Amino acid sequence: MSTVTTADHHDEHHDHKPTGIKRWLFTTNHKDIGSMYLIFALVMFFIGGAMAMVIRLELFQPGLQFVDPQFFNQMTTVHGLIMVFGAVMPAFTGLANWMIPMMIGAPDMALPRMNNWSFWILPFAFLILLMTLFMPGGGPDFGWTFYAPLSTTYSNDTTALFVFSVHIMGISSIMGAINVIVTIVNMRAPGMTWMKMPLFVWTWLITAFLLIMVMPVLAGVVTMVLTDKYFATSFFDAAGGGDPVLFQHIFWFFGHPEVYIMILPAFGIISAIVPTFARKKLFGYASMVYATASIAILSFLVWAHHMFTTGMPVFALLFFMYTTMLIAVPTGVKVFNWVATMWRGAMTFEVPMMFALAFIVLFTIGGLSGVMLAITPADFQYHDTYFVVAHFHYVLVSGAVFSIVAAVYYWLPKWTGHMYDERLGQMHFWCSLISVNLLFFPMHFVGLAGMPRRIPDYALQFADFNAIISVGGFLFGLSQLIFVWVLIKCARGGEKAEARAWEGAEGLEWEVPSPAPYHTFDTPPEVK
Amino acid sequence: MAKTRGWRWSLPALLLAGPAYASGSNLNMTPGVTDISQQVYDLHMTIFWICCAIGAVVFSAMFVSILLHRKSRGVKPATFHESTKVEIIWTAIPVLILIVMAIPATRVLIAMEDTSDSDVTVLITGSQWRWHYEYLDYDINYFSILATPRGQIEGRLPKGENYLLEVDRPLVIPTDKKVRFLMTSDDVIHSWWVPDFAIKKDTNPGFINEAWTQVNEPGIYRGQCAELCGMDHGFMPIVVIAKEPADFEIWAKAEEERIAEIRAEEQRLLALQMNLDEQMELGERVYLAHCAACHQPNGEGLPPMFPALKGNQVATQDRAEHIRVMVDGRPGTSMASFARQLSLRELTSVITYGRNAWGNDTGDVVQAAEVYEYMQGKGSN
Repeated sequence: MSTVTTADHHDEHHDHKPTGIKRWLFTTNHKDIGSMYLIFALVMFFIGGAMAMVIRLELFQPGLQFVDPQFFNQMTTVHGLIMVFGAVMPAFTGLANWMIPMMIGAPDMALPRMNNWSFWILPFAFLILLMTLFMPGGGPDFGWTFYAPLSTTYSNDTTALFVFSVHIMGISSIMGAINVIVTIVNMRAPGMTWMKMPLFVWTWLITAFLLIMVMPVLAGVVTMVLTDKYFATSFFDAAGGGDPVLFQHIFWFFGHPEVYIMILPAFGIISAIVPTFARKKLFGYASMVYATASIAILSFLVWAHHMFTTGMPVFALLFFMYTTMLIAVPTGVKVFNWVATMWRGAMTFEVPMMFALAFIVLFTIGGLSGVMLAITPADFQYHDTYFVVAHFHYVLVSGAVFSIVAAVYYWLPKWTGHMYDERLGQMHFWCSLISVNLLFFPMHFVGLAGMPRRIPDYALQFADFNAIISVGGFLFGLSQLIFVWVLIKCARGGEKAEARAWEGAEGLEWEVPSPAPYHTFDTPPEVK
Repeated sequence: MAKTRGWRWSLPALLLAGPAYASGSNLNMTPGVTDISQQVYDLHMTIFWICCAIGAVVFSAMFVSILLHRKSRGVKPATFHESTKVEIIWTAIPVLILIVMAIPATRVLIAMEDTSDSDVTVLITGSQWRWHYEYLDYDINYFSILATPRGQIEGRLPKGENYLLEVDRPLVIPTDKKVRFLMTSDDVIHSWWVPDFAIKKDTNPGFINEAWTQVNEPGIYRGQCAELCGMDHGFMPIVVIAKEPADFEIWAKAEEERIAEIRAEEQRLLALQMNLDEQMELGERVYLAHCAACHQPNGEGLPPMFPALKGNQVATQDRAEHIRVMVDGRPGTSMASFARQLSLRELTSVITYGRNAWGNDTGDVVQAAEVYEYMQGKGSN
């Protein structure tokens, strides 16, 4: 596919990086920035996870045992915000930083100083958000969706800080997205035509466009919340001519594409891993690209399926039901293509492949419950219950998070130069797989049986399942400690990784040595 | 014990068959007690089985591939990697399946949204954290609040059978009549959900939503608020009693009389003096039911959102302001107006209670006439 001169000899002469903390503060190197994004995401994953543990502890039994309802609401809110904006999105941006330049044969990201900035404002955003938990009145407690007027007239005094923090997260995402687009459009190696780009690059390009289109909408809606609360505007207050449902329309116009922002790069990762371990080319490359683009376009036409119970006209209910159902078609194409890629391959089952296979099955389960949720009359019963919680955790945890973990195992040899401990990795996989299902599968049942989401206490008929769910939650949390152990062990040493760490791996990133030198592709490779 | 055995038995089956066989149990959606809820249930089960079938086909292909096409069996990988024909087939088949799903869904949806020709209309108003029901065809309106004692929630008392799903005054509706619900809110967005009727509709402040039901079976049906509405979102249940139309009329008449009696008593009350003990007793009951969720049973509140009343300047000094806040609420905060929620007698007693409990020993005994005078003065009654 391509020929490359190994680039490690560059490493010695123009690698003038400072040492110590300055290296990380002032770095413009895509690999350093990628590593910082990934480590940041991991830390946030554990902080958000700790909040989930508080939630599951309180819900282990009926009654109020450990936290009061106000603090419980702060936990559900901040858990959601941290996992979406602090864990999943930065992890994908980290992978983009590390891999996109290496996959397209570019020496770095196109705008390296902006790259530094887009990472370094992020810790401050989350510091501000987390600080509010320790202030009088506590942190945001209106859900990560911050519906008005609960987030305006009826919110606590730290709301301004919440708004500020979301603004910073948004700016960071937009800068990251600009960088990805400019890099992919301008810096592909000669011969790397559009339809030769790896799918991870394609899915990230489309994701970056989604980000640029919807993050300003989020910024707009939080600003409206800010002015409604502090500057006496009435965007969402009927008494001043506004409408609280308007909030939801704007929020979900951001929020639905946001869902795909968190899953499209995952599709790219799975499309890289499955062919590698099946030792067979990805089936239907072109249709994968078109399916991704279709999903992205459709994502702008489905937002109100989050709002079926708000009292929309029947025409709108029907429109959003049909468009939402349509999304199943391109998503289905992707799943079928992955299975077709596996078909008559010669598979091996290393940890990245295991997580990728689990992704395909569990994401499909989440997708199928998504089709059920699209059916408006049935959604009236599912809406705002644990059925919805089960659905979006299937696509976000056993979907997006599993894909990120798969990607980390897949590229870890390239990053560290060492193979990870396969036995520990398999243990991490099996513990995660079993506990994630113990955690989220029973949520379907309590949801269907009528348990609303975001409640700190529940009726007695939900008690048994909630106990199981909590046990699953604690086990899933503990399983991730194995992951940290694998990462530390691999960073410190281990079996030396080849340039092409996996037998079936294809792509430019496998042409450079492992660990990848500080600078790669100073001279663009020729892609044939 | 029966319940515990239930989940043990079902757990291995979870991943295989899902909630299919479990109708009527704790595992699946309820078929409910209306024609619409039955149709919604049927729709749910149809889609569920279609999804199971799709899942079965996709996962079988995948697992067969995992079993057969593995390197350890010495297979050589095939080289095929595209087929427009196959892509068209697996785009077209899902489209057809979706059309099959969409047809019944559209039919049920249109029926659900048709609120015309109703027999009885109830205006439902949500507020933090209680429901208000007003019968537009009768002279009846009242609040409905959680009846589960705090002791059960905090684990000091054993939990009752309908823990968190019981209210002081349920909504009563007739069976076999088309009952229309109008829904709105006094503060944030709530959502009125009764699974047995397949109704879940948001109550938006400043706007009115509509829903309807026609219940086939007399009985008691329970639900909950389904939209996060602040601290006590988990503690605003809904209980609906469906009665035969004749029984409903008897109930409505009795309720109208009861409400008329309360009004007459209020007028008598204006001339009466209530003593401190009497007011403290009633006041405490009202306080625990309506105020303690925010201001806490010990009067210390949850500052800064919900200020302490113990030692509070308004509660210990400014008597006129105390009455004003109770009657009008504090706009822009969670403090609602209680003029409509409480009877004059309750309102008077809870003000007196606030001025004398937790060491706020003002010795003030507020009288109904004083509160009434303020309400008349501003025309809020």
